[in-house]
Amino acid sequence: MRTDFVFVGAMLIAGLVLMGGALIAASFLRPHKPTKTKLDTYECGIETVGDAWVQFRVQYYLFALIFVLFDVGGVLLFPFAVAFQQVPLYSVFILAVFSITLLGALVYAWRKGVLEWD
Amino acid sequence: MDALNNLLSTVGDAIANLIYSLLGKNPGADFAIAMLAAILICTAAALGFMALTWMERKLVARIQDRVGPNQAGPYGLLQPIADGVKMFTKEDSTPRDADRPVYNLAPLIIAIFALATYAVIPFAPRVVGTNLNIGVFYVVAIGSASTIAILMAGWGSNNKYSLLGAFRTVAQLVGYEVPMLLNILPVVMLTGSMSLIDVINKQTTQNGGAGIPFILMLPLSAVVFIISGIAETGRSPFDLLEAESEIVAGFHVEYSGMKFALFFLGEYVNTLAISLVFVTLFLGGYAGPEILPGYVWLLLKVGVVLAFLMWLRGTLPRVRVDQLMNFNWKFLVPMSLINILAVAFLSKIFVTTAGAQTANGGILVHPIIQTIILGGTGMFILVMGLWLVARRTRALRLAEEQTLAERRAQNMATAASLK
Repeated sequence: MRTDFVFVGAMLIAGLVLMGGALIAASFLRPHKPTKTKLDTYECGIETVGDAWVQFRVQYYLFALIFVLFDVGGVLLFPFAVAFQQVPLYSVFILAVFSITLLGALVYAWRKGVLEWD
Repeated sequence: MDALNNLLSTVGDAIANLIYSLLGKNPGADFAIAMLAAILICTAAALGFMALTWMERKLVARIQDRVGPNQAGPYGLLQPIADGVKMFTKEDSTPRDADRPVYNLAPLIIAIFALATYAVIPFAPRVVGTNLNIGVFYVVAIGSASTIAILMAGWGSNNKYSLLGAFRTVAQLVGYEVPMLLNILPVVMLTGSMSLIDVINKQTTQNGGAGIPFILMLPLSAVVFIISGIAETGRSPFDLLEAESEIVAGFHVEYSGMKFALFFLGEYVNTLAISLVFVTLFLGGYAGPEILPGYVWLLLKVGVVLAFLMWLRGTLPRVRVDQLMNFNWKFLVPMSLINILAVAFLSKIFVTTAGAQTANGGILVHPIIQTIILGGTGMFILVMGLWLVARRTRALRLAEEQTLAERRAQNMATAASLK
């Protein structure tokens, strides 16, 4: 079982070597002539004012919260799905209760106006 | 025929045996083989990326009544190589205000994690990086790493356009991961395993499978999976994160040279990976009639799926951000949950094996009948959902038109009274 994941590690190392290698190779091949204007932040020709590091809109946070709800819910459903072939019919009702609870959370957020984007 | 069929696995076995005879059977040799296989798969993915850029440019050009690249080599086939040379020799400027570590790390992360997806994808019988027992889960988990990389790129660039692109990315990629996860679930339920090899075996007649591709049993899941796949890879019509006409190029506006190339590679390698996963989950992967070897079947199926994605790109306009979010949360997610329940109930009531019937009850039917029942229900839910959306959209449009007409009438009346 652990040996299966050795390959994942090998894959990550291979990706790092190949892609990092490409970056290093390019750093030898490319010209390097920075000027003051070249290093400016690009804003379609206008001189940029201030920083771009601002706060996120709260709306993104609310969507992230609903995402976490469904992501964790989905993760909890996967073990059930793997065992699905062996479980009896009544367990499907348990699944129904679980899914309807999830759906209820979505409907709650919907009614609260979280899903409206404006 | 058999030799051709097993070409890839035979070559792989030969190389593995060679390494074992050189180093002896020990963990070091195992790791060397894993490393070699990983580098081969990464190279294959990079070659696939080059072929894909050529195919996309040629096909989209044809859709737009252009010829596409035709100068470098026959039919412009050497165009990807010319692009590669250009990327290697192009100056790479980092903006003065950028957050350097974050800025430099982002392209590397997106490329590495895009390549890592290929670790679990079966290319032919016995030709798979590693048959993880959590295969589909791994694909989803690794796939979501690109969200972090894009956020890093947008934030690290310290550019307003980049940051807007990154904001949109968070909302979009995070949102569309939910329907993707929820529509892999029915496949896992019918297979009883998360391993991609088991999913393919279930769709063939070997190892107790029914020989029916899951796209016929779960049409709704297939449709929603491919839609959320397009959104996950940020392709048109969901390319809000790099909308050229609004935020110039979104998160990668400040990148040039090789770093830009890595973003480009990550995007296309992800597209290829999503198509491969779609083919594996819903079209039976490398399985097919014996007239062609498995990897040829895989290539043919992936080619069809990719051509479909490019067709969509050439045809559909970009969606608005509110449309994007509404479509996901108010349509795809509820419909996917209903679909899961329908599949769970129906596949428990209509069972296909006598063993399942004696264990849990239910009605014993032929696999084809079960496919018709499940597929029909899926199509019904899909059509009903689309009908509801169409009705709602029409109501919204009519209301908007009425407001406009009223305003126009008011303006006319004002103009008349002024005269």
